Order: sequence, then structure tokens, then C-alpha cells
Amino acid sequence: MFSFWEYVLIAFYVAGLLIVSRWIGQQAFSWMPPQATAEAQRVDDLFSFLVSIGAFILLGLVGVMVYAIAFHRAPPEDYTEGHPSRGNGKLEILWTATPTLLVIWIAFQSFNIYQQLNILGLNQIVHLHAPLESAPAYAANVSDIPKPASETIDVFVRQWDWSFRYSNNLTTKELHLPLNRSTRLKMQAEKVIHGFYIPEFRLKQDIVPGRNIDIVITPIRSGKYRLKDSQFSGTYFALMEADVYVESLDKYNQWLAQTVSSETTNTKNQAVAENIQPPKTLFKSGWYTVAPAQPAVANQRKIDNDT
Amino acid sequence: MTHDLSEAIANNREPENNWREYFSFSTDHKVIGVQYMVMTFIFFLLGGLLAMIIRAELLTPEANLVDRPLYNGLFTMHGTIMIFLWIIPFNAGLSNYLVPLMIGARDMAFPLLNAISFWILPPAGLLLLSSFLLPNGTAQAGWWSYPPVSLQVPAGQLINGQFIWIVSLVLIGISSIMGAVNFVTTIFWMRSPGMTFFRMPVFVWSVFSAQLLQLINLPSLTGALILLLLDLSFGTQFFKPEGSGDPIIYQHLFWFYSHPAVYIMALPAFGIIAEVLPAFARNPLFGYRSVAIATLGIAGISIFVWVHHMFTSATPGWMRMTFMATSMLVAIPTGVKAFAWTATIWRSKLHLETPMLFAMGGAAMFIFGGVTGVMLAATPFDIHVNNTYFVVGHFHYIVFNTITMAIFAGIYFWFPKITGRMYAEGWGKLHFWLTFIPANITFFSMHPLGLQGMLRRISSYDPQYQGWNVIASLGSFLLGASTLPFIANIVGSWLYGAKAVDNPWHATGLEWTTSSPPPRDNFEEIPIVKRPPYDYGDPKYSFVENSDDDE
Repeated sequence: MFSFWEYVLIAFYVAGLLIVSRWIGQQAFSWMPPQATAEAQRVDDLFSFLVSIGAFILLGLVGVMVYAIAFHRAPPEDYTEGHPSRGNGKLEILWTATPTLLVIWIAFQSFNIYQQLNILGLNQIVHLHAPLESAPAYAANVSDIPKPASETIDVFVRQWDWSFRYSNNLTTKELHLPLNRSTRLKMQAEKVIHGFYIPEFRLKQDIVPGRNIDIVITPIRSGKYRLKDSQFSGTYFALMEADVYVESLDKYNQWLAQTVSSETTNTKNQAVAENIQPPKTLFKSGWYTVAPAQPAVANQRKIDNDT
Repeated sequence: MTHDLSEAIANNREPENNWREYFSFSTDHKVIGVQYMVMTFIFFLLGGLLAMIIRAELLTPEANLVDRPLYNGLFTMHGTIMIFLWIIPFNAGLSNYLVPLMIGARDMAFPLLNAISFWILPPAGLLLLSSFLLPNGTAQAGWWSYPPVSLQVPAGQLINGQFIWIVSLVLIGISSIMGAVNFVTTIFWMRSPGMTFFRMPVFVWSVFSAQLLQLINLPSLTGALILLLLDLSFGTQFFKPEGSGDPIIYQHLFWFYSHPAVYIMALPAFGIIAEVLPAFARNPLFGYRSVAIATLGIAGISIFVWVHHMFTSATPGWMRMTFMATSMLVAIPTGVKAFAWTATIWRSKLHLETPMLFAMGGAAMFIFGGVTGVMLAATPFDIHVNNTYFVVGHFHYIVFNTITMAIFAGIYFWFPKITGRMYAEGWGKLHFWLTFIPANITFFSMHPLGLQGMLRRISSYDPQYQGWNVIASLGSFLLGASTLPFIANIVGSWLYGAKAVDNPWHATGLEWTTSSPPPRDNFEEIPIVKRPPYDYGDPKYSFVENSDDDE
């Protein structure tokens, strides 16, 4: 089907593609936000791998198309055939086998990385399917039960407000997490589904009302991040954000203690503010909206429970 | 040359320019096909306009163009219109026009049912649009309409935007199921003598596969919508977490249809690409049988992948891993298709007329969208980008850059057959470049935004995301403008274009053996098929036999 020189050309093309797609795969790390958890490093490794394979396929096929456009144009009135071959058994087996092997490879890598993630956990689902005696054994490998954690923080989410309650019963509007410590977040939603998402953590989990959803995270990079609501939750969805601070254990404990004593109240809720005084927009529909929940009492703790 | 009406009837031909026909309750599949295509194109323009308002709002980080409820209504209606009133029914229209011609039938199996399935759509579409006039406006819960958000409606208003949204979608669903029954029956029973399954054009294979999916999966959405309606207006608690309901069940029922719906939209587009590429490359479609089987394969696998939309929706690990594996399987038959297209172009004699530009552009963009699709199937990565603009970008690479581009390829390719006139090539090429470049600007920009964590459906955003958003918005305005040369070309050419010969592209396929436009019963006599499809190596199609008609 091909001449000798065409084989040489194809070999060079494939070699060039391998180098270029590998390089693009390396670039992929810089397209992501900073890696603030160990999980983020795993996810980025997977992404880089996927980008390399994707670039190889995309550039390979589009390259052939561009080559054809450059060198296989017909004169306007020439309607004779190009190469009237209807197929080629070997080639077709090859290009069915190639994506099959690639898919197996990708799935294997993804499965491996998924198992290394400690951030995911859905206790209640395990209880749901546990009664089935036929529950497959491999389900145990794909752990739904988060590992034990050294801290526990309750996360309450409602339309449109996040609040966090710490072990000493302090409730705040901002999430503080100790560095390099596994923290269990026990999440509860009030009326609708919300999503817990911090891009730097590569972590996302829907919080379904009526279910307790636990996840365990271990931040490895101190700094300030933004927690976002990743599941559309109605009118003020875009305002469902909260600040997240990752700091050393000392600073974290200090903050826990100081916040208790200072009793600052930075509880301004943007959704409530907008509901009272909508921003000036060119078009105002005045359509229905659910009234935002009243702000929870923040940065306050019940003195009784504190020792 | 104008025909007199009586002469036209005597000749068993459509009178030319009888535009009134298109407003009538006709049972001719060709008239119904054109009715579908024109009506859905109007919805495409409306949906595009809504998208441009959305993009205008996203030019700046603050919400300053439309208030938040209106923004939510805009993206809800944009998605709903584009999917349920543009791509799916447009495909039904094009399939309506072409399938009987391609398999050598005189009409669809049930012409009356065919007309009824079309005429359900205009009232359903108008009903949906009418919700803009309600005091509390349209549905605001997104085209997924996940409960409980979709159940949060003004108290005491039975007729609200969400109610109307559900009713019109149920109507559209009924119309689609009627259509699906008709297509599957027609393709199964109405093929002309000699038209075996492996002599059918890939477009017919793709319509067959897509319509089988409609039959199998659409009832799931219709059921989910009816349960949602009961919850919304009649006090049941199927999906209400405060009662005994489970909102996650809705997500399963919804995606059980709405993932295959992507293939219901994409398969006919792949079919168009498979028709156009060989004709303009002058090569037989490489690996025709594997492409045909891959078409059915895509449909089969796509039934079992829906949970990949729910990797973060309280989905347990075993389910995540199972559906990751099935979702990745789709890459095999789609890969076969992409390789076959590329091999068809290899060592060809390319003619880069407008249909070919759109088909090649669509095929290339599909490879990009397919690659990001495999990425999204990989659960750990999906967890990061789920519900971000990465998904929006990927999805639009499929629905716009692939499907809508393929639809344009199809419109230009069969325009001479449908209207009997040629479109203006220069305007067509202008339309292509005005579409291809801005479409990539618009939808590529969404990928870095998503990787950085910008969520979909937000009406204001952190200032760090503004750069790519401005690029995406400017691209979208250009993209909107690109429809103007298209409309001018199509309307102008339909009225005043040069007369087309029966087979201007020297293409294979039964539809090119009849006159342009085809007579009422399609063929003077039912053709007997003795040749394989895509017979481009044959001198009959290779040499310009009717060159004296061809300018």
C-alpha cells in the first residue's frame, strides 16, 4: 500500500508526534491551578498523561488531513478517483486494536490513581448496597469509606451560605484547615443539592440534602483558596463562595483560640445583601427567586460546651 | 423554467416555488423535512441570540447586564432550545428528507404520523417561548432541571415557567417517539430491492441507530419529567428529599436518556460527514463495513455510560469505576470512524467546496472533542473539571463544532437536491471561515477556564477568569454574525440561484439519481440496487458525464 519512502516519512512523522505530544503533556501541569493536596498531584499526573495521548491522536489525524489538503488537491474538473480501495483488513484491525489498547491503558491508569485518592468518601451509599449479598468483592478495593482523620469539621450549606463548625463548637463563615493533617469534613445540605469544590484541591463532591456526606482531605500547601458551590443551586448560585485558609497546625490552633476570644463578626452574606438591594443591571426581569437563608450566627461558640 | 401547476401535477412533479406547501399539513416526507429544517433553524437563531446575551453578561466579572433570575432563565432556555428544538429536530428533518430517497422508497412508512410528529413541534416550541411572558418568567433550573432546585417555584402559581418547560418537553418527546417509530419502520421495511443493510449509506445507518436510541431511552426522560411534574404541581414526593423522595433518582432517569441524546444528535452528523467526505475526496468510504458496525456499536455502548455525568453526585466508587470503563469503550467505535474518515481523505483528489470544508472542519473538531471526552471519562480528572467550563467547552466542541458544522455541510451538500438550485460558493466559503475560526476561539477558551476552576452557570465570576472570558465572548459575537452570510446565501440562492443539475457533485447514492428537486413520489420507478455504496472508483461517477448541464 505504501512505498519505501512513504514508510520512512510515516516513521519520522510518528517520531515527531511522540516528541511533540510528550512535550505538550508536560506543559499540561502549568494549565492547572496550584497543587494544594497530594490528590492534586495524582490528578495532574493523570491529566498530563491524558493530554499526551490526546495530543498524539489529535495531531496525528489532523496532520494527515492538512497533508491531504496541501498535496492531494484535484483540479476543479477532475472527478476521477483518488485511490479506489474500499478497505484494508489489516489496517482496520490495527486501528480498532489501537484505541482498544489505549482505552485499556487509560482506564488502568485512571483506576490506579482513583485508588490513591483519599479524598472521596460516601459512607451512606456503602450502607445502601451492603445488604446485597452479591455485592462484588472488588467494591471493597474502591474504597467508599474515608480513612480516619485527625480533625473533624462540620460543613453546613444552604441557599446561599456556607458555614463551618469546628471541634470546639466554633462556627465560622470561612474554612480553616491545618496543613499536612487529614481533616474529615462532615457535610450537610439544607434544601437543594450543592457541590463542595476547591479547584486547587482537585476535589469536588455534591452534598445531597438528607444525606450525610463525609470526605477526608489533606492539604499540603498553605495559602488562601476559594471554596465554590459546584452544583447549580438557584438564583444566587454565583455568590456561593467562601474563603479557605490552609495554615500550619500551630497557626490553626491559634486561630481557633483567637477567634473564640475576639468574636469578630464578618458575616456579610452577599446573597442576602443582593436580595435586599439587587445590583444595577441593564435588564431587570424581577422574576421569582427563593429568599436567601438568614445569616447563621457566625464566629460564635456556645461557651457552655467550651472547656 | 416555471411550471404550471396542472402541468406539474400531470408530470408528477412538485410545482416550483410553491412555498404555500411548506405551511400546509403535507404528508410528503420532503415537504415535512423542509418544514422541520426551516423551523428548527429559526429556533437555532433564537438559541444563538440567547447565548450571545449570556456571553455579553460574562464579558465582565460582575453581574451588570441581566439580573440573576433572568441569567438563569437564559442559559436554561438556550440549552433547551438548542438541544430539543434545533439539533434533534433538525436531524429529524434532514433524515426525513433523505432517508426515503437514499433507500429508494416513495415516502416514509407512516406519512400521516410523520406529519403529526412535525406539527406537534411548532406549538410545543411556542409554548416554551411563551414562558418568557409569564410574570415570573421561564424555567431557571438549567436544561437538566435537577430537583430540588427545579421544584422551587412561586407559591400558588400552577402555571409557572418550570411547568411550561416540562409540558413542552413532554410534547417534544412524544413527537420524537412518533418520529422514531416511523424511521425505524421505514428503514427496516421500505428499502428498495437490492438495498441490503450493507448497501445502505452510512447516513441511513446513523439515522437507524440514533432513532433506535430514541425508542429505547426517550421513555426514561418522559417518565422522569412526568414524575417531576407530579412533584412540582400535585404534591407527590418522588424527588423531594424532605419527604421520602430521592433527587438522585431523577439524575439517573434524566441521564439515561440525555447521555444517549448526545449520540442521537451526533450520529446523524457523523453520517453527514461520511456522505460528504467520499464525494469530495473521490474515494470510496474507507472501511465502510466497520464504519457501519461502529455506528451501531456507538449506539449500543452509549446506553450504558450515563453515570459519568454523575461522578460527583453521591455516586459510590464501584459505580464510578464501572461507568468509567464503559464510557471509555465509546472511544473504540468513534476512533474507528475518525480513522476511516482520515483514510478516506488519504491519497485522494480533494475538492474543497463548502460542504467539504464544513465536513473536514467538523471531523477535525470532533477529534478534539473526542479527546477531551475520554479525559472526562477518567474519573479522577472528571472530579476536578465536572460542572466547570471544561465540560462546557468539550460539549460545545461536540454540539457546535462537530454537529452543527456537519449540519451546515449537509445543508450545502443537499441544497441543490432540495431546492433544485445551486448556492453561491463564495458566500459559502465566507460562511465557513466565519464559523470555523470564531467557533474555535469561543469554545477553546472555555477549556483553560474550566481547568482553572471556573464553574458553569455562574452569572458573575472571580476577576482572574476575565481574560479568557472576553476572548470567548468576542468569539461568540463573531459566531453569531457568521449566520448572516449563510442566511443571505440560502434565501438568495433558493429564490434566484443558478439551476442545479441532478448530481452536481458526481456523488453516489440513490438520492442523486432522481431529479432536483425530486418528484412527488421520488423516483420515476423504484430503483433496483446492484452496486455497493460509495462506488467512487467506478468511471460512472469519476467522469463528467453530464458536463453539458454543468457550468
